[in-house]
Amino acid sequence: MTALTRQGLTSRRREPLPIGRYAILTLLALSVLWPLLTLVFNSLKTNAAIGASPLTPPTHPAFSNFADAWRQGNFSVTMRNSVIIGVGTVVGVCVISGLAAYALSQLKLPAGGAAITYLFMGSALPVQLFLVPLFYLWTRLHLTDSLFGLMVIFWATDSPFATLLLRSFLLKIPKDFREAARLDGASELQILRRVVLPLAWPGFLTVALISALWSWNEFFFAITFIHEPNLRPISTSFLAFQDQFSTNWGLTSAAALFMIAPILILFLALQRRFVNGLTSGGLK
Amino acid sequence: MTGWLFLAPLLLVNLLVIVGPSIATVYYSLTDWTGTGSAKFIGLSNYRRAFDDPDLRQAVVHNVIWFVLFLTIPTIVGLLAAHLLSSIRRFQMFFRTVFFIPYITASVINAFIWTSLLNPTNGIGVALSHIGIPFFKNTSFFGQPNLALPSVNFVVDWHWWGFLAVIYLAAMQNVDPALYDAAKVDGAGKWQLFRHITMPGIYPTLVFMFLMTIIWSLKVFDYVYIITRGGPGGASQVISTLMYDDIFSKFEAGYAAAIGLSMSFVVAIVLAGYFYLRKRGSEL
Repeated sequence: MTALTRQGLTSRRREPLPIGRYAILTLLALSVLWPLLTLVFNSLKTNAAIGASPLTPPTHPAFSNFADAWRQGNFSVTMRNSVIIGVGTVVGVCVISGLAAYALSQLKLPAGGAAITYLFMGSALPVQLFLVPLFYLWTRLHLTDSLFGLMVIFWATDSPFATLLLRSFLLKIPKDFREAARLDGASELQILRRVVLPLAWPGFLTVALISALWSWNEFFFAITFIHEPNLRPISTSFLAFQDQFSTNWGLTSAAALFMIAPILILFLALQRRFVNGLTSGGLK
Repeated sequence: MTGWLFLAPLLLVNLLVIVGPSIATVYYSLTDWTGTGSAKFIGLSNYRRAFDDPDLRQAVVHNVIWFVLFLTIPTIVGLLAAHLLSSIRRFQMFFRTVFFIPYITASVINAFIWTSLLNPTNGIGVALSHIGIPFFKNTSFFGQPNLALPSVNFVVDWHWWGFLAVIYLAAMQNVDPALYDAAKVDGAGKWQLFRHITMPGIYPTLVFMFLMTIIWSLKVFDYVYIITRGGPGGASQVISTLMYDDIFSKFEAGYAAAIGLSMSFVVAIVLAGYFYLRKRGSEL
């Protein structure tokens, strides 16, 4: 009897029924999902309905907020701006950091270690260190109020992180592959294109996703360097919209969904890559 | 030599956007520059002024308060979530994905979600008063001087803890399971396991996150600027929003450069600490 009880106790201690754990985790999940859900609820309600009952699902869902917000917020223009900036950023960051990561992982580089240390520190430096002269320089170069000007800044700020991430992918490629190609007379650029790229594409996909995410969500440089309403990316145009219609919660919630939806879809489809990339020493 | 050619685009764009302007900041911090035109050399006046600036002193205090909150709240929730996640099998991926969503959501959106949820006319306060809890009915979380800073911090904590949970979960999964088995044989309880196996196991990650939290707390800008613009009456002003005002509202670019450089100095000290610990053999 005693033996039985003791055995029962030990086995229960080793494999406790995790209902309590699931309950706490569910509460935590609700603390995340519920505010996001109210955003969806509110986007389907009139202001009167929100005032009467702020946190509940809509009783008579109205979809007019979406059409109104789309038109009044000029989102067809600002979303296009964000897509242009995003594509330009992704291409630029992939090329710049792809080349750099290749050099830092596959080629013998004098002082390569110093470059890596610099990249690491460079991504932790506060923007306040270079903001003032950069703004002046960009004004002089006519790169303020310019999508390209914003892109170049993102190339510079995203590339260190992207290089370190890509380097960790490239380090996994066996050296023999390259040696074989080199013996066949391929140039470094050819090796990069024919041998390394096909093997390193998961790394590039991760870098592309993350720099796209950052450029879509980015706020600080966008508000500082772009003031012309028709050139705004979606982040600052959403803020301007919110300032303009601050009391119309239904309308602004619909606008918020425009901005969040593409990212959420992409994230849910490819979340493993997002999570792994963003948690691999993400310093930003 | 080819190697450095591959690095050239990265270095060039970095030089243009970050290194060049950073060096210029050192010079401008010693001038009375307004942000345009010529600058007169005024020695260390800007730094002396910074020492006596009551607004800056207040902002520094706010950054310190921010640091304390930002260090404790997300870490406690993140560790709890990670610990619970590490002990379950089913739905682990689901919870991980949900917890991560606020982190990939844009600052303008997260800020908007909470300004609408916490607004005094139709937010949580009103919803609670409907069900008989009247305490928050007229509370303006972002509009009252004593609540503004902690309320903005709450929004940031809300979007941040899930990211920490995923990082700590990855660290916990790397702890040798044999250690737990050995400790269980010795009769260790749940808390003892967490305290004496898990915590030391993820210690390098904790230290790294601690150091980064100092830097992140110093740099905080987006949420404060978006939600309160540092208000009301400077009640949530932090160093970077104050500096932003100095540049773009008061046209005191030289003074702002001095503040930016001082901030970067603190960041540099933290980074130096990081490299010192790493050199001493910590597996950071």
